[in-house]
Amino acid sequence: MDKVTILFAGDSGDGIQLTGSQFSNTTALYGNDLSTFPDFPAEIRAPIGTVAGVSGFQIHFGSTEIYTPGDECDVLVVMNAAALKKNLNRLKARGTVVLNLSGFDKRNLKLAGFGDDENPITDGTLDNYVVTQMDVTKLTRDRLKGSGLSTKEIDRSKNMFVLGFIYWMYNRNLDTTVNFLREKFAKKPEIAEANIDVLKAGYAFGETSETFSNRFEVKPAKMKAGSYRNVMGNQATAMGLIAASVKSGLKLFYGGYPITPASDILHELSRHKNFGVYTFQAEDEIAGISSAIGASFGGSLAVTASSGPGIALKTEALGLATMLELPLVIVNVQRGGPSTGLPTKTEQADLMQAIYGRNGEAPIPVVAAKSPSDCFATVYEACRIAVEHMTPVFCLTDGYIANGAEPWRYPAAADLKPIKARFAEPREETDEPYLPYQRDENGVRPWAIPGTPGVQHRIGGLEKEDGTGNVSYDPENHHHMTKTRAEKVDNIARFIPDQEVDNGPDSGKVLVIGWGSTYGAIKTAVKEMVAEGYSVGHIHLRHIFPMPQNVGEIIQRFDHVLIPELNNGQLIRLIRDKFLVDAKPLNKIQGMPFKAGEIKDAIAQLHND
Amino acid sequence: MAEEIIYKPNDFKTDQDVRWCPGCGDYSILKQVQSVLPEIGLKKEDIAFISGIGCSSRFPYYIDTFGMHSIHGRAPAIASGLKATRPELGVWLITGDGDGLSIGGNHLIHILRRNFDVNILLFNNEIYGLTKGQYSPTSELGKRTKSTPFGSLDHPFNPLAVALGADATFVARTMDRDPIHIREILSEGNKHHGTSFIEIYQNCNVFNDGTFSVFTDKATKPITTVNLKEGEPLVFGAENEKGIVLEGTNPRVVDLNSGDYAKDDLWIHDPTDRTKANILSRFFDDPREEMHFPRPFGVFYKEDRFTYEDVLNEQVDKARADLGEGDLDALLRGNNTWEIQE
Repeated sequence: MDKVTILFAGDSGDGIQLTGSQFSNTTALYGNDLSTFPDFPAEIRAPIGTVAGVSGFQIHFGSTEIYTPGDECDVLVVMNAAALKKNLNRLKARGTVVLNLSGFDKRNLKLAGFGDDENPITDGTLDNYVVTQMDVTKLTRDRLKGSGLSTKEIDRSKNMFVLGFIYWMYNRNLDTTVNFLREKFAKKPEIAEANIDVLKAGYAFGETSETFSNRFEVKPAKMKAGSYRNVMGNQATAMGLIAASVKSGLKLFYGGYPITPASDILHELSRHKNFGVYTFQAEDEIAGISSAIGASFGGSLAVTASSGPGIALKTEALGLATMLELPLVIVNVQRGGPSTGLPTKTEQADLMQAIYGRNGEAPIPVVAAKSPSDCFATVYEACRIAVEHMTPVFCLTDGYIANGAEPWRYPAAADLKPIKARFAEPREETDEPYLPYQRDENGVRPWAIPGTPGVQHRIGGLEKEDGTGNVSYDPENHHHMTKTRAEKVDNIARFIPDQEVDNGPDSGKVLVIGWGSTYGAIKTAVKEMVAEGYSVGHIHLRHIFPMPQNVGEIIQRFDHVLIPELNNGQLIRLIRDKFLVDAKPLNKIQGMPFKAGEIKDAIAQLHND
Repeated sequence: MAEEIIYKPNDFKTDQDVRWCPGCGDYSILKQVQSVLPEIGLKKEDIAFISGIGCSSRFPYYIDTFGMHSIHGRAPAIASGLKATRPELGVWLITGDGDGLSIGGNHLIHILRRNFDVNILLFNNEIYGLTKGQYSPTSELGKRTKSTPFGSLDHPFNPLAVALGADATFVARTMDRDPIHIREILSEGNKHHGTSFIEIYQNCNVFNDGTFSVFTDKATKPITTVNLKEGEPLVFGAENEKGIVLEGTNPRVVDLNSGDYAKDDLWIHDPTDRTKANILSRFFDDPREEMHFPRPFGVFYKEDRFTYEDVLNEQVDKARADLGEGDLDALLRGNNTWEIQE
């Protein structure tokens, strides 16, 4: 067996996310490649036992390279009837169901919406699957009888029973989770030991119940040599920002307002104040970005993050940052839209918003991360462009990679590209008047910060005269400044790496162009189809605006272009506009990632045309 | 301490032509700010003026310090980010009744509660000037303007009551026609460690001429205003013949010539008393009606409270002391790693 997909599902109070993340950490340390996908219910505490309240955590791991959390699962672990009802259609034929019997009593069946006579365990629904049932609640209570804990406390540890059992199934070591529990409950050692006890009971249950004739063995993956850790997308984003702050020598200021699914960036950054990280939870989204602009004016590496609706509120301030020509990084962890849309589901529908969503001509560079660990390098690149080219920069991620996790061959600090801020030099009062908008050969103005003698200047959102920065209504000057700001951004293309073909041949029949979190699905699809003999290549854009200079040449070497996106067609408009190519779209707007199979079908169709 | 800085008011002028309408009250305020700046002990390059949008928000262009003429209503948020990261700078915020109390009302109350050490000058002219004459959130009920030809239906804001409600730590009112008073208040506000909220009655001679004349004209001023001075009784009137007594929480105007009251019986101004400041802020009678109470000018309230930038920087320093200076390699490595060999 070289790869397996497990979906843990249960009530949102069942500790599913913790169970899933513990299994991920242990599996990563074992040396498997993996990819995860948490699927939260929209409500914090939806009614217990209902389908609306089901929380899921999918993990795909293997001894080969893994790029997606898996299309369908091999093993479905369900804590109650609602979890089964919601997820059975995601289980492969002849897949394995591990179910908690006490979650299938009359009450739970009714809450899940099964009829009076319906019971999936007994009515044949599960005939085509391998079913392992255990009364987790009873087994957990039995184990902790006499522990002195209350029934409520005991029931809270039942997820550890299931985790222990799954560890047994895949022959995993319990150490990571044992250490985790001792650390998490350091102040309540009796709770820690109870959980560990139950974890071991679950493992022992596997050994003694003779449920399976064979245990599954998934050997470590062959990955590039190096040091690895597990990382989630938002965590990688926060680390990328801190790394950029350290490498540039700039104070990091983060101004933001809580919003799903971006808040974890704020949470993570606020833990690392010993790096000189200044986090500011502002009164609203507008104050989040405005405070960041104030910090940037003062010479800090300034950042704000949000999701679509919050970015919409920041729009006017983005225009100001463009006029001021100050560095600023804006992270958009995209979610389903428009309006409040689907806050806990993923989508790639804010690309146009990032590129065009402002009044007037206000070009802002856009980069996008392709996977959880890639958030690090992408946001680092956004910081580099912002500081070295004196401009706001958008960094796009989405809910899928923000909450997903994967192994990361983390870099050494010394190997990160330097980031060089160019501050204005102090001047004498007797010098010529200071020109805040005097540009260098790349069209970039100096960063003239308060505290620097002789460079006092006044800037603002009104159109300004080139050089002096004075307010100007001169028609020629406005034309000139609009062109100048556009050229400055276009010029960034000379300072970014050429686009590489990620996979497949350099030329051929079909070129798949992707951006963002569709990477894993496209990579898997193209890899398999190349192996099957199709002539198909894949490029994945990190720099969307401006694009690498060689993208047009690559496109010309293929007969067809396919652009899969989790939206109604956005990158495709940019590509058609820029290269006048008849690219074909593949759109999915369901709040869910692509399955590799869906992309393969679209490639095959185009290939055979 | 660096070498002594000696500036003259003219050193703070820029080469830009001042573009307010001739006769605008803003000129007087600009002049007084320029005359106070040489006294505050900061170098020009260590001062920043941040404004939003509106007539008053043009202000930064005319002061030779760092300046940002930002977007409508957002100056408090921009100033917060600047002051949080550069606490050593002198930060001044220029706003108006529309900018500060309408579109930027949210940011204003939040900067006040956080208590960043910045000086907020709110130019209140009770009208939208830059957009040419619509009523503002401080315009009186029934006001006829371009957008309210049949009269405004909006109950007006009481800016000082808003500031006190947001727990501002320095709250004062002054007026453009009284340069000496402006200077005093600016100077005291600047010395305050925390957010200083200073409302300045400012005449818009084009769209709302004379709206404050009842408080500024020599003939009416003595009876319509009361000057607040710390430790002194609240007296007013042409001959100082009137006073205010406080009975419980009820203020009352009394006649000092009647023989029933002496100065010793009057309310003695104590700007550290929050309750009294709240009562004073409610001396807000419509000057078109028969007035019961004179409009107070001066410092209503001041309080020593920690500033946001102080505690923010303390927290960062403490994190460094407790956890050690951040080690990037350790951060990137995390707690659980594994090696893959060739």
